[in-house]
Amino acid sequence: MLIRRPPDIPSSEITPKRLYLRRRDMIAGLLAAGVLAAGPRTRATAAPLPAAKSPSSTDERQTTRADATSYNNFYEFGVNKDDPAKYANALTVAPWSVKIDGLVDKPATYTLEDVLKSAPLEERVYRLRCVEGWSMVIPWIGFPLAALLKSVGPQSGAKYVAFETLVRPDEMPGQKGFFQPLEWPYVEGLRLDEAMHPLTILAVGMYGETLPNQNGAPLRLVVPWKYGFKSIKSIVRISLTDKQPPTTWNIMAASEYGFFSNVNPEVDHPRWSQASERRIGEGSGIFTKRRPTLMFNGYAEQVAGLYSGLDLRANY
Amino acid sequence: MATPNRLPVYIPVSISGPITDMPPVKQTSRKPLGTGTLLRWSNPALYVVGLIPAVWTFYLAVADQLGADPLKVLERSLGLWALRFIVLSLAITPLRKFAGVNLLRYRRALGLLAFIYALLHLTVYLWLDQGLDLHAIVKDIIKRPYITIGMLAFLILVPLAATSNAFSIKRLGPAWQKLHRWVYLAAAAAALHFVMLVKSITFEPAFYATLVSGLLLLRVFTGKRANKPRRATVAAE
Repeated sequence: MLIRRPPDIPSSEITPKRLYLRRRDMIAGLLAAGVLAAGPRTRATAAPLPAAKSPSSTDERQTTRADATSYNNFYEFGVNKDDPAKYANALTVAPWSVKIDGLVDKPATYTLEDVLKSAPLEERVYRLRCVEGWSMVIPWIGFPLAALLKSVGPQSGAKYVAFETLVRPDEMPGQKGFFQPLEWPYVEGLRLDEAMHPLTILAVGMYGETLPNQNGAPLRLVVPWKYGFKSIKSIVRISLTDKQPPTTWNIMAASEYGFFSNVNPEVDHPRWSQASERRIGEGSGIFTKRRPTLMFNGYAEQVAGLYSGLDLRANY
Repeated sequence: MATPNRLPVYIPVSISGPITDMPPVKQTSRKPLGTGTLLRWSNPALYVVGLIPAVWTFYLAVADQLGADPLKVLERSLGLWALRFIVLSLAITPLRKFAGVNLLRYRRALGLLAFIYALLHLTVYLWLDQGLDLHAIVKDIIKRPYITIGMLAFLILVPLAATSNAFSIKRLGPAWQKLHRWVYLAAAAAALHFVMLVKSITFEPAFYATLVSGLLLLRVFTGKRANKPRRATVAAE
């Protein structure tokens, strides 16, 4: 396959200066919303989260909030699509902290408030393509992961970033019981250059509000050119490593889910085609037609350069 | 426990075999009138009740009550009901053998319901899911083992459904039973189709796979013993 090396988007283009200067207001907003509230553990209630639209947003029709918050894969709450919306209310997301360790200059356990200081919030409307063959368009609110990584000082030996989701069976019914579909904690990973790419964000909100629990509150990854399962939810740990970290679906079925898992219509899942997808909410109900899936989920221009020379069929 | 439930040799061929269909009229005619009427209507009632999930799911789909991806829910639900009816039809013989409950009169309805649901499931896949894109469909059937296996299950059900009537039983004679043993393969294929299409093995596909395996294993272990008297009767006829 021919890969054109595209121009990188300068970060100044993605984060307008006026936004960057407003970052403290946004933290204040989050504080007011109770997301960052100290004291007793509280449950997040959707609170307004102001953020200006980033130029790297798509102007495609957005999936409705109702669909995006009721049709989720978040196996910590159950394997059915409606389980997360049903059971995630029980999750306490404040206070929240993220352990950042490994090959960094400033390893520590950071509070969510600390994490949010790394960059101002912006709204990024991204396409989301699930490996199962459906897609959505979601207005995320977040900031580039690169900003956080830079603030903790990646060491020269760091080549990968590993992520880990919360394990709390008391509040996550999918993590207890006889039938456990996955091993916990859910783990994911990116190559460092993928993690530093300006399109890779950590999200704390969607649809102008703080993240609903079922969508990975209070802090989740969004990597729009990879299948959805790479965008790990409710992150409690970020480690920089020199070795490729294990990833949950790869552990589960290595022949079906690779480390990269870039959206690629030409490389099928061994059991089903990835050539097309059903855009949730498009058309009318059961008469939704499939649409062709785009290379790198339509972000080829920005990210194909990350993989020049890499055999994408072998490195699925 | 085994003794009272053991197959009596004198049971006529039409109801002794594990697969045999049976016209309900013969038995009902010997029962008291009230019971007879009830029994006569119980079969049509089973069809009506059996089709309620289809009608209800289609209604929910049209009313946009099936969530964010209604097509997938509709498709899965029809497929699951097909599998459920296959499982129920396979449970009839063990129920009679081991629990002494004779529901043989309902087996044809259960089998036909399984076929109807499989047909609806396939139609939704071909028409609504794939938009009748023949190229994609043919590629899917050839390249995707779970779809190949699903198609296999359906194709097996076609001749079984077509011969699920008194005329075919009479016409085909002993060959009818032989033909209808293919339901075992259809059931195994349907369960495998379900297991193979999910991203990870969750409770539901594992549950149905276990049920089908159990029902098929029962045939393997009890098959030889049960076959003998039946063959003898066939020969006597």
